[in-house]
Amino acid sequence: MFTEAEIMDLIMTKDSKTEHLVNDIIDKPVEEHKITTKNVNVFYGDFKALKNISMKIRPFSVTALIGPSGCGKSTYLRVFNRMNDYINGFRLEGKVVIDGVNIYKDKIILEKLRKEVGMVFQKPNPFPKSIFDNVAYGLQIQGMKDKHFINERVETSLKKVVLWDEVKDDLKKNALALSGGQQQRLCIARTLAVEPNIILMDEPTSALDPISTGKIEELIFELKNEYTILIVTHNMQQAGRVSDRTAFFYLGELIEEGLTKNIFLNPKEERTENYITGRFG
Amino acid sequence: MIRTREQIIETFLLISAFITIFTTVGIILVLAIEAFKFFREVSVIEFFTSTEWTPLFTQKHYGILPLLSGTLLTSFIAILVALPIGLAIAIYLSEYAPKQFRTYVKPSLELLAAVPTVVYGFFALTVVTPFLQSFIPGMSGFNSLSAGFVMGIMIIPIVSSLSEDALNAVPASLREASYGMGSTRLQTAIKVTVPAASSGIVVSVILAISRAIGETMIVAIAAGQQPRFTINPLVPVETLTAYIVQVSLGDVQHNSVEYRTIFAAGITLFVFTFILNSVSHWLKNKYREKYE
Amino acid sequence: MNRITLNRIKDKGFLVTGIISTFIGLVLLLIFMADIFIEGAPRISWKFIVSLPSRIPERAGIYTAMMGSVWVLILTTIISFPIGVSAGIYLEEYAKQGRLSRLLEVNISNLAGVPSIIYGLLGLEIFARVMRLGSSVLAGSITLALLILPIIIVATRESIKAVPQSIRDASYALGASKWQTIYRQVLPASFGGILTGVILALSRAVGEAAPLIVVGALAYVPFAPRSPLDDFSILPIQIFNWISRPQHGFIVNAAAAIIILLIITFAMNGIAIYLRSRWQKRVSW
Ligand SMILES: Nc1ncnc2c1ncn2[C@@H]1O[C@H](COP(=O)(O)OP(=O)(O)O)[C@@H](O)[C@H]1O
Ligand SMILES: [Mg+2]
Repeated sequence: MFTEAEIMDLIMTKDSKTEHLVNDIIDKPVEEHKITTKNVNVFYGDFKALKNISMKIRPFSVTALIGPSGCGKSTYLRVFNRMNDYINGFRLEGKVVIDGVNIYKDKIILEKLRKEVGMVFQKPNPFPKSIFDNVAYGLQIQGMKDKHFINERVETSLKKVVLWDEVKDDLKKNALALSGGQQQRLCIARTLAVEPNIILMDEPTSALDPISTGKIEELIFELKNEYTILIVTHNMQQAGRVSDRTAFFYLGELIEEGLTKNIFLNPKEERTENYITGRFG
Repeated sequence: MIRTREQIIETFLLISAFITIFTTVGIILVLAIEAFKFFREVSVIEFFTSTEWTPLFTQKHYGILPLLSGTLLTSFIAILVALPIGLAIAIYLSEYAPKQFRTYVKPSLELLAAVPTVVYGFFALTVVTPFLQSFIPGMSGFNSLSAGFVMGIMIIPIVSSLSEDALNAVPASLREASYGMGSTRLQTAIKVTVPAASSGIVVSVILAISRAIGETMIVAIAAGQQPRFTINPLVPVETLTAYIVQVSLGDVQHNSVEYRTIFAAGITLFVFTFILNSVSHWLKNKYREKYE
Repeated sequence: MNRITLNRIKDKGFLVTGIISTFIGLVLLLIFMADIFIEGAPRISWKFIVSLPSRIPERAGIYTAMMGSVWVLILTTIISFPIGVSAGIYLEEYAKQGRLSRLLEVNISNLAGVPSIIYGLLGLEIFARVMRLGSSVLAGSITLALLILPIIIVATRESIKAVPQSIRDASYALGASKWQTIYRQVLPASFGGILTGVILALSRAVGEAAPLIVVGALAYVPFAPRSPLDDFSILPIQIFNWISRPQHGFIVNAAAAIIILLIITFAMNGIAIYLRSRWQKRVSW
């Protein structure tokens, strides 16, 4: 278990967030990157799912990962919170550095890493528990006992995802009773409650209706002020609407990465253009 | 610190899983050691060839054949009951009955296996035997027929349930092809699905036999306690299991040959069921590959 | 034309055979139970339940055997539940695909096929003699616990398997450790199924007589056990003992005790089936 001080430390630190209060930094060169990957290869057994990926991601930006199914987007996303570790035969080569720490090499505690790097999944996956317990879960597993603190954090998290008004009278209700869109916002709130710096989203709206999708896109736009976000999406319009930068993957390779508007308006690679204009995918 | 706690928990869970290994090792060691001591005093040849088993008498003989024949006879009668009925149920449920019906019938049939075996023994002794005696003159009060019959009822669900699973696993395309050629459901069952599911059905029968061989209370109550090398279903016999019960109920000195006879009977029983279970296991894996 | 008619008749004939087969076992069971009920029900009274055993059938009761069964049931639960569930968790969540987990799996399925009386021989030699527990409730309970362990392990694994991976992913992604994820998400979500399996396993244990006879449980004990190291009898052994007596009065007693045993067994099965259906309804991801 953690000591009390460690817990407060875990929950309270926002170092990199307070250092950079820049907002629209997209065009300006930034020295310090939140995430750097260098020559990353990923294998599932003998199969090479990612080939030599190098990429830098700035803080407080939204990066969209696009590409046809099976090209390795999810695999790449799950590299950052080491969720691939549970897959049999998974192996990674290369460097993945977050805040100066090589997360595959240096002595890191997985649980702490995942507290810093939150994840929202493709299908809403609330726990079969109450709404409150879902949001409080992350704090509880860190050993947080202060009821008052937990209540407050649950409330602010639900407010951030604009779910508070819909559920505040029903916090004891089973989360599975919520609609799909509400469930996904709850899952985001659950992630926010742990106060990560980075949020990974794997096609977070693909299972949702257009209205819920719109709400979540607005939310992503808001969250950018506080978090570094990576989002996998199949939907070109969505990538255009929410992201600052876009990375195009194809058959395990990173074909092209750059400002979203450049990727969409004048891609350098023909394969990118073909994909964006819908010639395959 | 999280690490060590996780480590301790994993170790505890691993030990729990290993208790099953210890159990197997324990069973084999106990049986082997006591049987070894037994065979230091009794010749192996006598054990396998003598047709008399009288360790509790003054005139001692140690031939396992009477106990073995008693065991096989009661089990054979049980299978004679359970196989046709169980198979008919399986075919009926998989080829004829509506799905809805099946979901209610299957758990009800499981009930047959949930009844404690002393209860079946009571039925065999106080209901089935008097009933059979009323038209089989000369039938003894203890006999393998009643015990085997009741045991057969008990193992019906083993045959029906596993056979039905096997029949259901036969691809629908085979069935449709047969219907398409104008076959009736019965013809389809006999010519197509039962042959295709045959290994699964064999597995169910082997497991049912293994269950019957190891069954104790029914035979101890209704089949008698007279080791007899016979295939006559109307006279008292004694099975391996019933013999172990008989000795356990009496006062037998530890470390005596009499005490060790129950381990000799036990290891014989264990070897038989182990072989049957292993064969069924092997068959099951083989036919699983076929459809997956 | 003739051939076709014949085939259709055969087909219908089998339909009837199938229906009869399906119900014959259950009908026989009903007949048996009716017979037992007629014979034993008049004998059941409060006095029958709280009386000690006796040589005179009309005075004999099932108190000591009943208390012995309760003791055995409680101790067996205490021993088998944590071990069985832990082993199930280990196999489903921790064991890597490989030789070790293959070995464990094959071993467990083999154990499930070992006749119960063989467990009795194990208990007699190891628990009663080597561990010097004698023919005590504890020795009997450990024996039964080992006997039902495979059932509990298999039920635990099946229930854990039914918990969707997405729940685990979500928990890990929030920084939960493996055990936290299992303890707080996987186990609560699969608990209904595990409990169902455990109750079914215990209902089997309640009806077992053979292994306990071998361990040395007695047909006649004058007192109910007061500690885990006391001698004991159990309901099925009491029934067995009464069945073996020549006097008709004891057969009546056996029938009455069987009614009680059946009520206990069917109640446990009923609870298990109820839990399973409720649990299946609740968990529709
Ligand atoms: N658990 C796994 N085991 C083996 N191969 C996998 C696994 N998950 C994904 N893959 C393979 O890796 C490739 C990339 O998959 P993924 O990252 O899920 O693609 P995307 O998210 O872009 O659709 C695919 O070819 C897929 O078949
Ligand atoms: Mg994907």
